Amino acid sequence: MTGNEAVAMGVKLSRVKVVAAYPITPQTTIVEKLAEMVANGDLDSKFIEVESEHSAMSSVTASEITGVRSYTASSSHGILYMHEALHWAAGMRVPLVMSVVNRAIGPPWNIWGEQTDTFNQRDTGWMQIYCETNQEAMDSIMLGYKIAENKKILLPVMNMLDAFTLSHTSEPVEIRNEKTAADYLGDLDLDFKLDFNNPASYGSLASPDSPFMEMKRDMRDSMYNAVGTIKNEISSFNELFDADLPGLTENFMMEDADYALVTAGAISSTAKYTVRKMRERGQKVGLIRLYFYRPFPAEEILKAVKGLKALGVVERNLSFGQRGPTFEDVVSSLYGRVNIPIRDYVVGLGGRDVRVKDYEKMFENLIEGNNEIDWINVEVK
Amino acid sequence: MYEIRFHGRGGQGAVTASKILATAAFLESKWVTSFPFFGTERRGAPVTAFTRVDDRRIELRSQIYEPDAVVVLDKSLMDLVNVTEGLKSDGVIIVNGKDGNLKEAGRFKVGYVDATSIALRNGLGDPAHPIVNTAILGAFAKVSDLVTLQSIKNATYDTTPSKKKENVNAVQEAYEETELN
Repeated sequence: MTGNEAVAMGVKLSRVKVVAAYPITPQTTIVEKLAEMVANGDLDSKFIEVESEHSAMSSVTASEITGVRSYTASSSHGILYMHEALHWAAGMRVPLVMSVVNRAIGPPWNIWGEQTDTFNQRDTGWMQIYCETNQEAMDSIMLGYKIAENKKILLPVMNMLDAFTLSHTSEPVEIRNEKTAADYLGDLDLDFKLDFNNPASYGSLASPDSPFMEMKRDMRDSMYNAVGTIKNEISSFNELFDADLPGLTENFMMEDADYALVTAGAISSTAKYTVRKMRERGQKVGLIRLYFYRPFPAEEILKAVKGLKALGVVERNLSFGQRGPTFEDVVSSLYGRVNIPIRDYVVGLGGRDVRVKDYEKMFENLIEGNNEIDWINVEVK
Repeated sequence: MYEIRFHGRGGQGAVTASKILATAAFLESKWVTSFPFFGTERRGAPVTAFTRVDDRRIELRSQIYEPDAVVVLDKSLMDLVNVTEGLKSDGVIIVNGKDGNLKEAGRFKVGYVDATSIALRNGLGDPAHPIVNTAILGAFAKVSDLVTLQSIKNATYDTTPSKKKENVNAVQEAYEETELN
């Protein structure tokens, strides 16, 4: 099945009760599939057609806050339009799960893969997961609800899959057992929710001497402290479903590596293929894949880079006026603790194919210690 | 790993062809991926689709640049696109047409099949928009030994949403009518 079909199946297995979404390529087939499931009676859910992504996020925030598990999905300009509502969902501690099919941001208009749309949402208070396979795309929906709904966390989860490279790619996926999934997640149980019998208000005015700042600190702490819970939940998930989710990061051939790259999402697969190929030629290279990007797995990266001679950070996104966001996160995680050269590479914007020869070039650049290359597979004029 | 590249036009079913072939290999216990490259999603626009088949999990996710086989669903594309680009020297090429003027054809194993007539004979599409994806896979089964004819038929039956029997017939007829060159 395709990545988008796998996501829809993950939503079904999570027994989501409200779906509200606005279509945008390449997310559309997720919502189409869910609409079909609802229409056929395969998914007992209310499907709300909305006029925009801002309304989609506002609708699912409202339904979730009444204690009903809810879901939406978007891409690119859709997620940008949702930006304000993302802060509201996270700030009100609403444990939503949303899928984002990563697509470039215009202009020029472009429907193909790139991760700038969700790296833009880094500071909204949502946890972020970047999937590498369609199996992960399905499993991460269930895992996402489990973690988001944990009462020590109560923060929403954004689940990413790369445009076309996963969303429209068919590959074998094992559909998890429906009964096991139902037992795993149970029903949504919120201690605080909108209830006619116990009226309460969410998101009202908070003055400078109110607990506004304390609430923000609590939110920040919940995200930091989620790391331990996430690790435990991934282990439990793997045991229960005989699944193969990585930790917050996946270390690939890192044991004796001299040089390594950091990647996120489906482009990591081709990176692994390249690492295997270069290992066959005797080159000691490896890969650190970010499965979670928020909370940022700083300690995992610190452990993984021990013994490396140099590290490269691969960004399939773009920030202006400073280096890429993952590069900054990696550097700040290692600052004063590990002193190795760290470089960053911009790849695959606007769906440009990321190939084996591109990864070979990045590794060769790391090995040579050449500082001059940072854009890969770009025509320089 | 065995890599197949499909060249078609929007509406002919190149993407579905890549999926049916992947399903056929999956039925033979292989690891597979199948994916399209959309330019503009419009009827008639050139579409490329890809299938990879291997004995282990497939990690390579870039497009296919050096295919083992190329499948051309629309001969007119050969004036626009160099369909044999990167095709391995012992590669396979299947063309929807009675014959063709392939450059360097001698290097490759070539199969010709009139998939358009076979599709129309079986009621798949109409003369303006024949759906040739299942017929062309019958030709693929004849020329390549990647998967068996039976697996292609089973995958076709499982995958096509309607006219299942007609599609399976088209596979069989194309298999019988393919000419090797």
